[in-house]
Formats: sequence, C-alpha cells, structure tokens
Amino acid sequence: MIKFLLMVNKQGQTRLSKYYEQVELGKRAALEADVVRGCLARRKEECSFVEYKDYKLVYRQYAALFIVVGITENENELSIYELVHNFVEVLDKYFSRVSELDIMFNLDKVHIILDEMILNGHIVETNKNRILAPLLALDKMAES
Amino acid sequence: MPAVSKGDGMRGLAVFISDIRNCKSKEAEIKRINKELANIRSKFKGDKALDGYSKKKYVCKLLFIFLLGHDIDFGHMEAVNLLSSNKYTEKQIGYLFISVLVNSNSELIRLINNAIKNDLSSRNPTFMCLALHCIANVGSREMAEAFAGEIPRILVAGDTMDSVKQSAALCLLRLYKTSPDLVLMGEWTSRVVHLLNDQHMGVVTAAISLITCLSQKNPDEFKTCVSLAVSRLSRIVSSASTDLQDYTYYFVPAPWLSCKLLRLLQCYPPPEDGAVKGRLVECLETILNKAQEPPKSKKVQHSNAKNAILFEAISLIIHYDSEPNLLVRACNQLGQFLQHRETNLRYLALESMCTLASSEFSHEAVKTHIETVINALKTERDVSVRQRAADLLYAMCDRSNAKQIVAEMLSYLETADYSIREEMVLKVAILAEKYAVDYSWYVDTILNLIRIAGDYVSEEVWYRVIQIVINRDDVQGYAAKTVFEALQAPACHENMVKVGGYILGEFGNLIAGDPRSSPLVQFNLLHSKFHLCSVPTRALLLSAYIKFINLFPETKSTIQEVLRSDSQIRNSDVELQQRAVEYLKLSSIASTDVLATVLEEMPPFPERESSILAKLKKKKGPGAVSVNELEEGKREGGELNGGGERGGDSSAISTPSPSADLLGLRAGPPVTAAAPSAGSLLVDVFSEAGVNDDGFLSSAPPSVVSEDPAPPLPESNELLNKFVCKNNGVLFENQLLQIGIKSEYRQNLGRMYLFYGNKTSVQFVTFTTTVTCPGELQSHILHIHTWNSLEPLIEGGAQVQQVINIECLTDFSDAPLLNIKFRYGGALQNLTLKLPVTINKFFQPTEMASHDFFQRWKQLSLPQQEAQKIFKANHAMDTEVLKAKLLGLGMALLENVDPNPENFVCAGVIQTKAQQVGSLLRLEPNAQAQMYRLTVRSSKDTVSKRLCELLAEQF
Repeated sequence: MIKFLLMVNKQGQTRLSKYYEQVELGKRAALEADVVRGCLARRKEECSFVEYKDYKLVYRQYAALFIVVGITENENELSIYELVHNFVEVLDKYFSRVSELDIMFNLDKVHIILDEMILNGHIVETNKNRILAPLLALDKMAES
Repeated sequence: MPAVSKGDGMRGLAVFISDIRNCKSKEAEIKRINKELANIRSKFKGDKALDGYSKKKYVCKLLFIFLLGHDIDFGHMEAVNLLSSNKYTEKQIGYLFISVLVNSNSELIRLINNAIKNDLSSRNPTFMCLALHCIANVGSREMAEAFAGEIPRILVAGDTMDSVKQSAALCLLRLYKTSPDLVLMGEWTSRVVHLLNDQHMGVVTAAISLITCLSQKNPDEFKTCVSLAVSRLSRIVSSASTDLQDYTYYFVPAPWLSCKLLRLLQCYPPPEDGAVKGRLVECLETILNKAQEPPKSKKVQHSNAKNAILFEAISLIIHYDSEPNLLVRACNQLGQFLQHRETNLRYLALESMCTLASSEFSHEAVKTHIETVINALKTERDVSVRQRAADLLYAMCDRSNAKQIVAEMLSYLETADYSIREEMVLKVAILAEKYAVDYSWYVDTILNLIRIAGDYVSEEVWYRVIQIVINRDDVQGYAAKTVFEALQAPACHENMVKVGGYILGEFGNLIAGDPRSSPLVQFNLLHSKFHLCSVPTRALLLSAYIKFINLFPETKSTIQEVLRSDSQIRNSDVELQQRAVEYLKLSSIASTDVLATVLEEMPPFPERESSILAKLKKKKGPGAVSVNELEEGKREGGELNGGGERGGDSSAISTPSPSADLLGLRAGPPVTAAAPSAGSLLVDVFSEAGVNDDGFLSSAPPSVVSEDPAPPLPESNELLNKFVCKNNGVLFENQLLQIGIKSEYRQNLGRMYLFYGNKTSVQFVTFTTTVTCPGELQSHILHIHTWNSLEPLIEGGAQVQQVINIECLTDFSDAPLLNIKFRYGGALQNLTLKLPVTINKFFQPTEMASHDFFQRWKQLSLPQQEAQKIFKANHAMDTEVLKAKLLGLGMALLENVDPNPENFVCAGVIQTKAQQVGSLLRLEPNAQAQMYRLTVRSSKDTVSKRLCELLAEQF
C-alpha cells in the first residue's frame, strides 16, 4: 500500500503532504527532510526507486518539483511511478499546465483530486474524467 | 477548463500566501505566521459570530500554516462547525481540516460522528463521499463503532452511486484494518466478492483493495474471488486498447487494475479448476507476448505501464512456481531488461530475477545471465542497482559458479559503498563456506575478506573460519601457512591478528619445520602486532603464547620473559594481568605432561548452524535467505567432521577460545584438570541456540520451571532398554510429540542430539527441557550444566534440536532423567523419560586372543566380580541378530575364542574418568530350552551387576 505522498520543491519546501498511515506530527518534518535529501542527491540516470527504512520510495521529478511516494514492499513500483504521472496529468488538465504556484494557491483542490485517486493508501480511480468530475461540478456551482 | 482564478473567492488567503512566499528569511516567515495566528485567534474568540465564508477562510489559512510545518492547536471547533454547512466548499474544507489535523483519539470525534451520520443519510452523493473519505482518513475506534454496520450496506446496495461505492469500499478497508472485530463480513462476503464483476472499472479498482486485504485474513471465505479475478483479468488483457476508453492509459488497458488483479491472485495457490487455470495461463502468456510486441507509442509511459503489468505477472508466475515454461520465458524476458537503457527496468529486472533464481525450474536459466550481472555490479552508476546485482549474484550462486561469483564479489568489495559492505562480507563468507569443495580456497577467501574489509568482518565471520579450520584437519597446515604470510604485511587488520593468533597457537607446529617460519619467527611476528591491538585481542595472543610454550619448548624462555615483563604482569587490565600471571606460573610449575594435557589442541566444535547465516538472517529478517540447503550441507559435514567431543568445561583449559575468554579461567585457577571430586556422570546440556550467539558456551541462565517434573513414564524403562544396543532412533512418540535421538560416544565422553518434533499443526509454547540425575547419581554428581535456551516455541510440524554433552566420571547404574514441559493449546504437557545413557555406552572394544581371554577370565575370579543370569529368550534365537546386538553393545565380539562355537564371548573396557573397568562377557544360548546363560565378569562388582541386568532384557 501507499504510505504517503509528498510534493516537495528543490529547496526542500513541502508543498503538499498526505499520509495514509499515522505519523506523528513531530516526525513528519524530519521524515520529509530526510526523504527529500535522499531524492535530491540522486542523479538523473539513477533509478527512481530508493529503499528507505522499511519501505521504498518511488519518485519523479517535474521541473523543480519532486513527487515522492512511500510504498510498502508488496506494491508494484512501476505502477506507482505511472500513477504519479497520471496524477500530474490530471493536475495539468485541470489547471492547464500546472505549476508549483497552482498547487500552493489551490491546495484544497489538489487535495480533492488526490482523494479521488488515492484513498487510504489504495488506488481508487484512475480515469481522468471521473477524477475531475466532482471538482468540475463544484466549479459550476461556484459560478452560478 | 474553468478559468481558475487564483485563490478563488478567498482573497485574504491569497494575500497571506503571497506574503509568506515573499518572506526573505525563515524568521520573517515565522513572524508573519504568528501575526496571522493571532489575528485568526482573535477572530474566533471575538463576539461577532463569523459567517461560513470567514470560517472557511480562516480554517483554510490554518491548514496552510500547518502544511508549512507549524503546529496548530486551535480551530478544530470551527472546522467541526463547517461540517454542518450546506455549502459544499465549506463542508469540504471542514472535512479536509479534520482529515489532516484531527488524530483518531480526539474528543471532538463525537461531534464529527454526528456530522458524518447526517451526511451519510443525506443521499447526496458528494456529501456521502466526503463523509466516507473522512471516516477512511481518521478511522478511529469510535468511528468504527458508529459506522461499521452501515458501510457494508452502502457498499452493496443496488442504488448506491458508483463513486460512493468506491469510497465505501476503501472506507470499509480502513475500518477493517483498525478494528477487525467490528467489521463482520459474514452475510456480505459473497456480494462483496461479486463487486469484481461490477461493470464499472472504478468500483472494481476500489473493491479489489478491500477484497485483497480480506482474502489475506480469511482466504477460505473469499476463495471464490479467484475465478472472478481470472475472468476479469482475461477480459482486460484480451481487449483492444480502445475498448476500455477512459481506463486506457497510453494504449495500455487498465494497467493499475491489472496489477491489482494479479496481486490478488498471489494470495492464493494456483486455481484447482482446470478451466480457470487454463484461462489464467493464457492470460499470463498474453501478457508475456504483449511485452514483446513493438510498442504502440514511443512515450515512456506506455512501456512503463506495460512493464508494470509484466512484472506483476512474473511475480505471480514465481509465486505459483509450477509452470516451468512460463518461468523460463519470464527469465528470458527479464534478461533482456538487464541491459535496457532505463535504469528503472534494470533495477526491477535484477530484483525480480533474484526470486526466480530460487525456483528449481528457472535457476539454470537465471545463471546464463551471470556475465551481465557481474558487469552490472562493476559498472552500474547507481548504488541501489549495484546492490540488487549483488543480491542476484548471491541468489544465483551454486557449486558450479561459486568461485567466479565469490571472486567478483571480493573485488567489488574493495570499492563497495560503505552502506552495503557489512552485508556483502556476510554474503561472501556464507557462499565461501557453503560451496567450499576445497577448504584452502575457503581459507584464502576469508583471509582476503579480512584483508580487504577487515572493519566490516564481524566476529561471527572469523569465529566461523576458526571453527572450520579446527574441525577439518586437512586444511590446518594450509591455514597456518596462509595466515602466517598474511601477518607479514606491515599493516594488517586486528581481525587478522586474532585469526593468526588463534591458528598459529593451535597449528603453528605444522609450519615450524620451515626455517622461515620457525617457532621463534612465528612468535616474534605475532608479538610485533601485540602493542597495536585492543585488550581482547591481546588476551587472545597471551593464550596463543602459552600454547606456543607447549608446542615449542624452545620458545619457553623467550615467552616467559615477555610474560614476566612489567607491561604484562603489572598490566592495569585485570584480565591481561591475570592471564600473564597464571600462564607464567603454569609454564614454570607444570610438567611437560600436564602442560600437554592442559594445552591440548582444541577438540572439534559441535556442528551447528553457521552463526554467520544467523546473523544475515537477523539483518534481513526471516525468510530473506534460503537456508535449508546450507543447513543440510552442514549436517552432513557435521558427521564427517564430528566424532570429536568437547571436554567438559572444567576438565581442560584448551585454547584461546574464539570469544577470547578462556574456558573456566575467569571462574577459577587454570589447573582444574584434576576433577575436584569423584562423581559418576557429568551431564552437560547446552542447546544449539545458546551456543550460537558468541560462538561459545554462552551463559543463558538455567531455566527455572515452576511445575514439578512428572514422575518417569511407566514405559520409560522399556524405552531405555531399546537403546542399550543402539545409539540412534526414536526414543519416544505420542500423538503430539516425537523425540528422536542420535548419539555418539568416544572413551568417557558422549554427545547426544535430541530432536523434538511437533507432530501437530499447532505450536508448542513454553517448551522447556531439563536433564536431572536422580538418586545415587545425584549424590555423586559433579555438576549439571544446563544451558537450556532452546527456543520456547516449536511451530506446528517443526523440529528443534538440542545437544547434550555427557561425561562419565565413574560407573553408574541409573539413567539420567529428561523432563519435558510445554503447553499445547493451553494444556500443560509434562513428561519424564529416562535418557538412554547406560554404562555400556562407554565401552572401548578390546580384541584379544583365546589364550588371553581365558587368562583374564581367571584373573577376575572373585565371587563379587561375576554376575550371572539365566533367562528365557524373549526373541527368536537368530545368530546374526545376536551378533549385531552384541556389537551394538560396544564390546569386541571375539571369534574362535570359546571352544563351543554356539557361545559368544566379548571383551571391552569401560572408560570412565575415574578409572577403566575391564569387562568380559560370555553368552551361552540353549536353543532347545530357549534359554540363555549370561555371565559377566569385570573388575568392579557394580559394573558386572549392571551389565547383566541391562543385557538380560535384550535377548
């Protein structure tokens, strides 16, 4: 299962964090810093899977933004790697070319999108249209 | 797409975020945040009731501040208020805040539950989803209590919207994980399983996570999911990429769902139903075929998605481990990835191949890639990939390629990353031992290991090399020579000095013939390292020196000089000082004979599981390495090497022991060779486990058992009699437990292996065994050392082994008692058996001619020296059987001695520590009367009597 998902920029600032397993608030900052350091230190040609404590990290970099997912042993690395991309494509579709700023200013919406895709550490939905449906309905309500 | 106005409706929030972004320093950011927190606090406390919009805005700000890493200790109440709003955005922020910030034991839970209850019954799908998400995120006990009954109903109800079903499935999963006792699937089971057939792919995706988890816990109840999963998978795999429309990702139909289906199937053995199995094999073949097809898109996403499914399919094939065809195909496909330009694929291929290597069907196929893997180990730029390559080399190693692989791993070790060195060292050590045909190669390998990565060579590794050298005399000379050469290096690792000290101390004589390694040269070489070493190593070296005095009397004066020097005899370290003083004294007062006995060569170590392997297992967690093979190999090896016995620990100081602690030295003066008092039988029990840890007699405390041991079983005498003429067999068996025995004796020493087998499928807990010597034995007994750290658990179907060392001090009649206690399903089992140690076990056969026999027979003519019994035959009087039994007794069966060829005569000497008891035996069968007359004469009356009693039951 998925343990957490982080969006972190190159400066190491967390832009979004979602934990699917209780992690003490105090420990989160340390964990995030650790994880980011681990990923930032890696070169382009190195593989996108890193063993970290008793789980694996799967990460993908988009410009200055890293998306890091912590998973357990029994999760399929490549499918998570592509799940990250699917997530970014959904964000792209909604924000039309998503940027770090979009994520900062629309944190609630990013959370809605993420919750539509992953619930409780498991994938619920991968269909872009269905992921965005509730959000679009919401926007329509706001306009009227 | 909607035009997304930044900060949409919440200007205050947008301004705040911009401010934070503009902060130049951390201090400025904190200042700005504190200002905002004060503002929000005053708004919340203010008299004016806030409207929904403002509450939402402030809660949202708090959320943002929290995500920046600051603690938030207020605002929860306002967030809870937002839950009851009718506006979606306000409700949504409320739920978000609670999901992120409220931990499961908050006192607000009751209020939150109330709001959730309202939303669940609202029949508004978006509100229901929000509520379900919240339960899934918080998942507290109170929530489980409130909603565990409701959610399955929502999940399977016909009129529930698809999106709500999805949320409900994962919500239920969360509750099941936190409070399994509250989620009762019973009546819902079949309907939940049938969600796999749901026409909506999203519902299947969500439901499958729930079903996988439930199947792992109750595989039988959910068995039906296998055929449903296979048919679903088959439909996806065989569909064209356009069929599944929105669930197609870069021309790959439903990749995530496929992976999950394959993962679910891994919870079960291969389907029994032939049709289902056929369909599944077909699916797997299609997946393998598709991976070979030219890509439908150049995008990496396409191939990644395709390969995600491929790897999952290969996992399933490995899990089944029953389709040789598929296994070999999988291996070939992975082989192609080994040289792929995508690092990710190389990594995954190495990882996956590692498990393939352990299947008998694909092991050979994996081996063909050895060159590529070695190349990966050398050239990969990514440490995690190199690590995988090293793992794979370890997994694919067997007798045929061990030398090559070990050599490659050794050369890699020179440049290996620090993080993985220790593990690499363990692996090299294990492979070298496991596949050593030629033990000089093994010694070379380990010494190289110490040379290259001395710091990472743990104690287990060098203990092990010493154990092996001691147990195998064919390698001792080579080891001495090699270690001597290795010590010539100007700087050598302390571990090398330890091995060197130990081995030269034991076997330095084997190379002393060569003037280049004469005794004094050896000593000077060792002593040149002395001052650079730590205290434990120095202690070990001192012991090596005293051994030298015994091996090479010509070094005595030099070594005494060293021992006498102030830096030794007045050393501030107590241990070193004590050794120096005692060794010096020992070397000056003891006669050569005493010295030779006390400093005798170390007896072979009892064979046991390699301590290194135990360490690797500990490092990696159970199940990570396949150990069976090595263990079996060792057991065989054990018999080859075995036969040696360790002296009881009070009887000889032997050598620098690997734990750098001389046996018994700490406890008392070194010359305890003469046993302090006379006794009859020294039983020395130590279990495998207890010895493992430090490679020597470790000191787990003797087990204390509260319940009194049961009296011996009524049949225990009979059981004992079964073993008079044999050493191996099943001692005891009932419905629960089987106890097997294997024993070997030499002179007055014996070693007994006890195998406790659990015949049930339930584990035995608090399993303890105690050996006691009753009655007369007790009063004579010297010590009973019980290192009884047998694992207290015996899994169903498992077997554990215990080793008992026995030393016979004087002759004896009674047998020691073995008491076994354990709990089986809560009930205490308590049984006592007689341990089949009888006096005849210590017989040394004596061959003699007819003349000698009768002369001795006459010498033993005192009436009390003879015991005689006339008894009826219990078994058929078969000559061959009789001969076999008499041989099993341990005496020499003398042919052509007795004038009457029907009679049997035997001679032997019983070896006890106190004395040797010569015994002669004559057995006269009378076939007509079906009777025997048995006469035993021995130099000690009690022995004659006891032998006669024992034997009378045998024929």
